[in-house]
Amino acid sequence: MAADDQAVIQVRGLSKRFGERWALRDVSFEAHRGELLAVIGPNGAGKTTLLSILAGIRAPDEGEVSRAPGEIGWVPQQAALYRRLTVAENLMLFARLEGVDDPGAVVEEMLEQTALRERRDDQVITLSGGNQQRVNIAIGLLARPPVLLLDEPSSGLDPRQRARLWEFVNALAGGGTTVIFSTHYIQEAERYGDRLLVLADGERVFDGSQQELHQAVPESGARDFEEAFVAFLRERGH
Amino acid sequence: MRHLLLKDLQILRRSPLVSALLVIYPVAIAILIGFALSDEGGKPRVAFYNEVPEDEAFNVGGAEEDLDRGIARDELCDRVECVDVDSREEAEAKVEDGEVLGALIVPEDILDKLQSLTSLNPEQPTVEVLVNEDDPVKAQLVDDRIQALITEANLILAQRISESAEVYLNVLIEGGDFDIPLLGQTFSVLGLDNAATILEEAREELPPDSEAAKQIDQVIEFAELAGDNLDFALPLLGAVASPIEVDKTVVSGGGTSLDSFAISVAATVTLMFVTVLLVAGSLALEREENAYPRLTRGLISPGALLAEKVLLGAVASLVVTLLMLAGLSLFVSIDWGRIGLILLAIVMGGAAFAAFGAALGGAAREVRASSLLAFMVSLPIAFLSLVPSGTVGPAVYDVIQVVRALFPFDPALDAMSAALDDAAPSIGLPLLHLAVITLAYGVLARLALRRFN
Repeated sequence: MAADDQAVIQVRGLSKRFGERWALRDVSFEAHRGELLAVIGPNGAGKTTLLSILAGIRAPDEGEVSRAPGEIGWVPQQAALYRRLTVAENLMLFARLEGVDDPGAVVEEMLEQTALRERRDDQVITLSGGNQQRVNIAIGLLARPPVLLLDEPSSGLDPRQRARLWEFVNALAGGGTTVIFSTHYIQEAERYGDRLLVLADGERVFDGSQQELHQAVPESGARDFEEAFVAFLRERGH
Repeated sequence: MRHLLLKDLQILRRSPLVSALLVIYPVAIAILIGFALSDEGGKPRVAFYNEVPEDEAFNVGGAEEDLDRGIARDELCDRVECVDVDSREEAEAKVEDGEVLGALIVPEDILDKLQSLTSLNPEQPTVEVLVNEDDPVKAQLVDDRIQALITEANLILAQRISESAEVYLNVLIEGGDFDIPLLGQTFSVLGLDNAATILEEAREELPPDSEAAKQIDQVIEFAELAGDNLDFALPLLGAVASPIEVDKTVVSGGGTSLDSFAISVAATVTLMFVTVLLVAGSLALEREENAYPRLTRGLISPGALLAEKVLLGAVASLVVTLLMLAGLSLFVSIDWGRIGLILLAIVMGGAAFAAFGAALGGAAREVRASSLLAFMVSLPIAFLSLVPSGTVGPAVYDVIQVVRALFPFDPALDAMSAALDDAAPSIGLPLLHLAVITLAYGVLARLALRRFN
């Protein structure tokens, strides 16, 4: 999972307001090829807003992103699939809409990659939550984007499904895809993230490794990463 | 857009209930309307019990034909579907069972009483009507029908009596034989014209200045005056028989036949429900499946998505409405030579309903809510659009007119009527109206889509 030094995406000074409330305020960071960047923070920190701006769903009030939304794959938190279509039909539809050169070949590749070949003709409505999420991610990968955004990808999955999901995501990163994911599960961020981006009240309050976050709160007496994270936020008034 | 359209059709195919409804609904409507229109002109059924003996007839003076029980039945059954019964009890039973709308009982003495109308001792003829007033609407309908029948019968009698009076007057003026059926005798009448001629000949034989000649001159003058005035009475008698003649001029609305109008209403209602429910549900589904943000982040614009939904609605409505019209053509005559106009009316109406459905789907954002909203909004508007002018107060009708103008049902109905019937007003204005409505609801739907993200 080692990321190389090449920055694949650079974000500079992103801000977004909803009325009087700042959802994001001057957030900057960059991510590298093959890196797994975990975006964490308490509820309302701005995680989903950040990912939706990167995906092109929302426009920022200020700031810029080095890549166009079309170059970034996006996997929303809720599976964005047509439940009455089969797995293959969903993939084929979005492959055609993405305008990929050989939709049939790409669909076969994604079915192979997500290990859903045997379920290709099953309607999505008959799949488990974990398999639906795999199809959801596969759609985000159809255009072979260099950067993939995962908005709370393991939400609603059982531990076994989560483990299979992260195995799949790790394989993607191993193949060179930069993965930026948000999560409520601090242990997932600790375990699977190469780097952490901590948001609180719309501001970036930390950007670094798990070890660096531990070191940032040496007096807290935290026994594990989750306690260190809570202590970190408390120290900074969040 | 093509891929999305195919996707929607695939989803539609995978929803057996919706697909079945899309086929069953127009066929059911076609069968219902077809049976209604082909039901012997929709005449109400009335039990008819005639107590008049078969060999009796009624004749006023020298009328050309007798009025007998057969003629009375023919006149009645020309306007209602007669169900002949053999007794008063049977007539009562049929009315109570609801088998017939009402019963008409013609008493045995009606011809005698009719005959008495031409005598010095007239008696009022009476017919008996049996009705079942368990339903106020039905009661009103029966009252109206029976009243119309009696008026018609009175008019026929007045014409016959008038014809008889004309015969009497002609005999008085011109002279001739005169029958009195009650006495069984024939009288020979001289007539005023002949009397005047005879008197003129007699006067020439008298001295011109004699008293007798002067008196004969007075009688001749009276005979001529009486003859001339009785001549004037003849057209007056005709006017009394039919005092009011109707001269109808259509100042608005054209002359669409009732059959064409019924077909147009059925087609437009089908068009409305199928298109509005389908498009509203399909658009709301994009959000419910969370696909909308994924689609509109560069794969397709919101405007193109709306256009795809309108196209979906127009295609589905075209198929369903044509299916319904084809089913109806088994029962009633549809002029398929006007297929170009019919297709135009369906497509333009379908597009307007689709845009309306898209606005509802955008506002509701959930499939179930959009279906409920579509149903709750469409049905009252359809009813309002069928309210005839003059049945409500002017202020209320003005409000109804505004509502009609704002929704697609009324112009779609006008376009369909114009497409099906060449007697209806031009199709141009309704099509223009539909185009404006399509555009307006398209804009509203686009605004509603802003809430989808």
